[in-house]
Amino acid sequence: MPFYESIVIARQDVSATQVETLTDEFTNYLTEAGGTIGRREYWGLKSLSYRIKKNRKGHYVLLNYDAPSEAVQEMERNMRLSEDILRYMTIRMEDIPEGPSVVMQRRDERDSRDSRGDRGDRGDRGPRRDYRGDSDDAPVAEAKSSEGDE
Amino acid sequence: MGQRPFGRRPFFRRKKSCPFSGPNAPAIDYKDVKLLQRFLSERGKIVPSRITAVSGKKQRALSRAIKRARFVGLLPYILN
Repeated sequence: MPFYESIVIARQDVSATQVETLTDEFTNYLTEAGGTIGRREYWGLKSLSYRIKKNRKGHYVLLNYDAPSEAVQEMERNMRLSEDILRYMTIRMEDIPEGPSVVMQRRDERDSRDSRGDRGDRGDRGPRRDYRGDSDDAPVAEAKSSEGDE
Repeated sequence: MGQRPFGRRPFFRRKKSCPFSGPNAPAIDYKDVKLLQRFLSERGKIVPSRITAVSGKKQRALSRAIKRARFVGLLPYILN
């Protein structure tokens, strides 16, 4: 059986426990057909980047599993019928990844740090252009020296 | 001239390497919003690989990941 990964977004009005029962319901379709759930993550209520069916927030659930395609189609059909599911996406994977996903890893990091919060990624610094700040020939001199290194 | 094809050009730019190639390169994953955001413009468009130096193969994988992340609401289609 192939490996899949599904990401499911539930309406923000439903409670976290309701989301859990909802995912239990959907994973049942997979396990009943002989599938196995490898990873199951509840990301919590996250704000969406844009409005989906008039909602600004949604509960995210990530599922990694190994199941026959008919079971996946049946699960997706029921997701379409459900009013509480805003959107879902299923992707075929090469394997079932081990360990928590990036989203959960980030959350753990943030919790373990102190309350100053995330400062965000600063990215690469890039080369310093005006080393001496004033003269125009400084970048040229720098370029020359870096050429000599190669 | 033969030794140094670029001679004494005032704007020397050394060749950039693909950020997704080589050892300990990050894996392209649509869930990794923080990583994908570095390859989006201020308006939320995908930055061309000639600017970010991502290799052709990785750029295709990257754009696929960004489009997936957009679909599930992790990234915006447009930013104002």
